[in-house]
Amino acid sequence: MRRALLIASPYLWLLALFLVPFAIVLKISLSDIALARPPYMPQWHPGDGLVALGEFLGSLDFENFVFLTQDDLYWKAYLSSLRIALISTALTLLVGYPIAYGMARAAPEWRPTLLMLVILPFWTSFLIRVYSWMGILSTEGVLNQFLTGLGLISEPLQVLNTNTAVYIGIVYTYLPFMILPIYSALEKLDDALLEAAEDLGCNRTEAFWLVTFPLSRTGIVAGCFLVFIPSLGEFVIPSLLGGSDTLMIGKILWEEFFSNRDWPVASAVAVILLLILIVPIVLFQRSEEKAREAAK
Amino acid sequence: MRRFSWFNATSLTLGFAFLYLPMIILVVYSFNDSRLVTVWAGFSTKWYGELVRNEEFLDAAWVTVRVAFFSSCLATVLGTMAAYVLVRAGRFRGRTLFSGMIYAPLVMPEVITGLSLLLLFIGIGLDRGVFTVVLAHTTFAMCYVSVVVSSRLTTFDTALEEAALDLGASQFDSFRLVTLPIIAPAVISGWLLAFTLSLDDLVIASFTTGPGATTLPIKVFSAVRLGVSPEINALSTIMIGIVTVGVIIASLISKRAAVAQARDEQAAPRTT
Repeated sequence: MRRALLIASPYLWLLALFLVPFAIVLKISLSDIALARPPYMPQWHPGDGLVALGEFLGSLDFENFVFLTQDDLYWKAYLSSLRIALISTALTLLVGYPIAYGMARAAPEWRPTLLMLVILPFWTSFLIRVYSWMGILSTEGVLNQFLTGLGLISEPLQVLNTNTAVYIGIVYTYLPFMILPIYSALEKLDDALLEAAEDLGCNRTEAFWLVTFPLSRTGIVAGCFLVFIPSLGEFVIPSLLGGSDTLMIGKILWEEFFSNRDWPVASAVAVILLLILIVPIVLFQRSEEKAREAAK
Repeated sequence: MRRFSWFNATSLTLGFAFLYLPMIILVVYSFNDSRLVTVWAGFSTKWYGELVRNEEFLDAAWVTVRVAFFSSCLATVLGTMAAYVLVRAGRFRGRTLFSGMIYAPLVMPEVITGLSLLLLFIGIGLDRGVFTVVLAHTTFAMCYVSVVVSSRLTTFDTALEEAALDLGASQFDSFRLVTLPIIAPAVISGWLLAFTLSLDDLVIASFTTGPGATTLPIKVFSAVRLGVSPEINALSTIMIGIVTVGVIIASLISKRAAVAQARDEQAAPRTT
């Protein structure tokens, strides 16, 4: 009896507040926009009876999804989100790997402090971390003042409100997610393997590419998924750092809902984003399971 | 140590400079006298004064703290239960769906979670306000709590619980007297994580909030959309300060606990 209650409480909570809401999104994505409150139709209430339910189900259609394929804006936004997320993931790996490597090679008594320094930004507000770049990248910002002061540039660079600023923002805010899994893979690396490689005639660079890098692969894969998946649906970074031409699907969904008040189209945008995300999420879970089994 | 070269030193220095410089610049400019945030005009704390007198920010801060407190407490209870179910309850009907629902919110884009919860609240005719934001935050935060707690539960020696049961404790007493004290650090860090996530959330709160329940991130977001402002710099500095002090205290406590545990473990063989 207690066991049933123990299982049921979190289970029912998640069913009601996680799964049912998705069913509603799916339903509304198949409805039509209407000038009413709530602004979509058709609607069906449990009291209306089964005949009404039949009519209701019959009037749902894929019109919104057809609309998404016809209007350039949407598929361009999906492609652009994918491109931005891929490029940022690659950049985060490029920046994060040397840091993780340096941490794993540091003296053992330093490692906990270094680890805390990587985690600390994660506890500070995401919004503030994104905002901190606005003052740096704006035309009269710290970066431009610094570069003009050095005499490197005469005209201020336009970085804020471009895709470059979005890349910087994503790399900056998601960097800990890349560093931590790579660090935990590198930390387990046995130094004897590197010594063996060198005894067998590898120089340091070869030993790195033949031994260290392949053995840190699980960390790299986990880090890349942890950056790629959330950055695909990112809203705060493109809307604060990006320009009017920065197309990201999270921003489109927000505007469709709050500015255009087109709930059915916003729901259809969400359904397709979810379908795109299922592929990397399943791949990620599979690679995590493989890593777990390999560790056993 | 053998391979700690100039290359490692450089990448660590540059890496941590990249992580911390933007926040240091933000803190420095919060003490700037000029409203033009990019021109240094001498040291001043006047923006902190303006911030304290700004009623809208104070109201939003109060709403945010209340939401974070209630949602993190609820999330800790539900998340700990969920972790216990995942690790200990064995097989039951719908277990795959359950673990799916625990892990999915961790990777779900916030815009989708926010939109779907809002449509649910409208669908069942719930008035939006502090209550709906608490419900929304509890839902995603409980998943983080359950991940933190279940990772502690999997490394837990079940023989301790079995011993309690053998000595006549009920299932509930063995949980209360044996399991809970051992997993307590994980439960507390789960609560802290839930609290921070709730304090920080902009997107889900924006979707699920209603009149009179504007949270601080919503307020900050609408202010910074118009550009950099010294009051926001001051507010950010206060928040960064709170987090830094909190993390330092937490790490000191856990270090002291680790030292005490090591001492106990060393002392144990001598007493027997």
